[in-house]
Amino acid sequence: MTEILIAVGLVVLQSVALLVSLLIVIAFLLLADRKVWAAVQMRRGPNVVGPWGLFQSFADLLKFVFKEVVIPDGANKGVFMIAPLVTCILALSAWAVIPLDEGWVIADINVGILFLFAISSLGVYGVIMGGWASNSKYPFLAALRSAAQMVSYEVSIGFVIITVLLCAGSLNLSEIVLSQKLGLGTSLGLPNSFLDWYWLPLLPMFVVFFVSALAETNRPPFDLVEAESELVAGFMVEYSSTPYLLFMLGEYVAITTMCAMTAILFMGGWLPPIDIPPFSWIPGIVWFLIKLCFVFFMFAMVKAIVPRYRYDQLMRLGWKVFLPLSLLWVVVTAGALVAFGWVPK
Amino acid sequence: MPELLKEYLPVAIFMAVAAGIGLALMASAIIIAMRKPDPEKLSAYECGFAPFDDARMKFDIRFYLVSILFIIFDLEVAFLFPWAISLGDIGVYGFWSMIIFLAILTIGFIYEWRKGALEWD
Repeated sequence: MTEILIAVGLVVLQSVALLVSLLIVIAFLLLADRKVWAAVQMRRGPNVVGPWGLFQSFADLLKFVFKEVVIPDGANKGVFMIAPLVTCILALSAWAVIPLDEGWVIADINVGILFLFAISSLGVYGVIMGGWASNSKYPFLAALRSAAQMVSYEVSIGFVIITVLLCAGSLNLSEIVLSQKLGLGTSLGLPNSFLDWYWLPLLPMFVVFFVSALAETNRPPFDLVEAESELVAGFMVEYSSTPYLLFMLGEYVAITTMCAMTAILFMGGWLPPIDIPPFSWIPGIVWFLIKLCFVFFMFAMVKAIVPRYRYDQLMRLGWKVFLPLSLLWVVVTAGALVAFGWVPK
Repeated sequence: MPELLKEYLPVAIFMAVAAGIGLALMASAIIIAMRKPDPEKLSAYECGFAPFDDARMKFDIRFYLVSILFIIFDLEVAFLFPWAISLGDIGVYGFWSMIIFLAILTIGFIYEWRKGALEWD
């Protein structure tokens, strides 16, 4: 009995440690996002709170906590308050299965990628609940748009994941990373390097995944859910104070999860870019964080540079370009693997 | 059962801790921040007007159509997951069986496309 208690206590400690460090990382990623955006527009961005504005996110947190919680009269109050919790908790729980380094994972379940896929699908519920329960027109329209948008890109993300699974032969995220140790580069006689990772053989799918990840997390250029000029602030119009904060937090956690998924599926997770000293001396978690930050930087740059899509363009891209392309690529990948006998056992 | 529990209990614990953090954040504002509600503040936002009518209005049938299409394709993806993992065991026969299935689905997709189910204007 005591052994079980100790084991459970250990998992609780690990979970708290991971969640707290995740939230701190996100606080700085949020600041980095704003700084990148500012730099592209030749502004300084937040620079008052702390040196170079480093504590801006923490000041924002305090501000949110001291703001009044407004619950509209017409709202379905229970659902209204549950919606941000659902968004935030679902987004956070994805991190239970993400391996930060070899063996550094809370729950090394054998269907890790399926769990991530399920959690990111459920993310739409928070938005729908928030939009419906507000009983206001802008949130309602935004929730409809958001549901259709997230659902459309979910399909192509699913097909992209299938192509990676075909090459990796496992649903476990750690094994997907380890299967990227050998690949194109090593078959040419080179040492283990970034040429072995799946981004190179599956390059079109890498691009599709990146763009779909933008759409799935409602990031610009696909932020039609909260298109300020059309829908004020989308489904969050009626929210204030920490319920609003939970939506924002959930959004950024989902973005970070998508960055981590990109790093794991296509960029070799914690593997060093070239497996020779001095690169192989650096611990895997550092490489993982570097890759995560790199993908996040790409997210931030897209937000800064690309103008917003129109809704019909968004739907056309999802259903008429990405869906056929990713479906075709599943067939091509499977065909190549079977024809050349490369299917992983 | 214990094996399953051993694998998935950490997920449940992690979700519980995440829920704790979320609830703590939410509760902090409800406890700390002062609340001074008035009718204007609590009415639904509508660009300065008092709300004209109920917000639960009619909406475009296309949103419904998209979710129906999504169900079809998401089931297809769910069907592809086990196939992708076991492709090494089921070999060429398994590969061609799935290609036939995908071909039938593609015919349906082309039909939807031609019928204009994917148009948004």
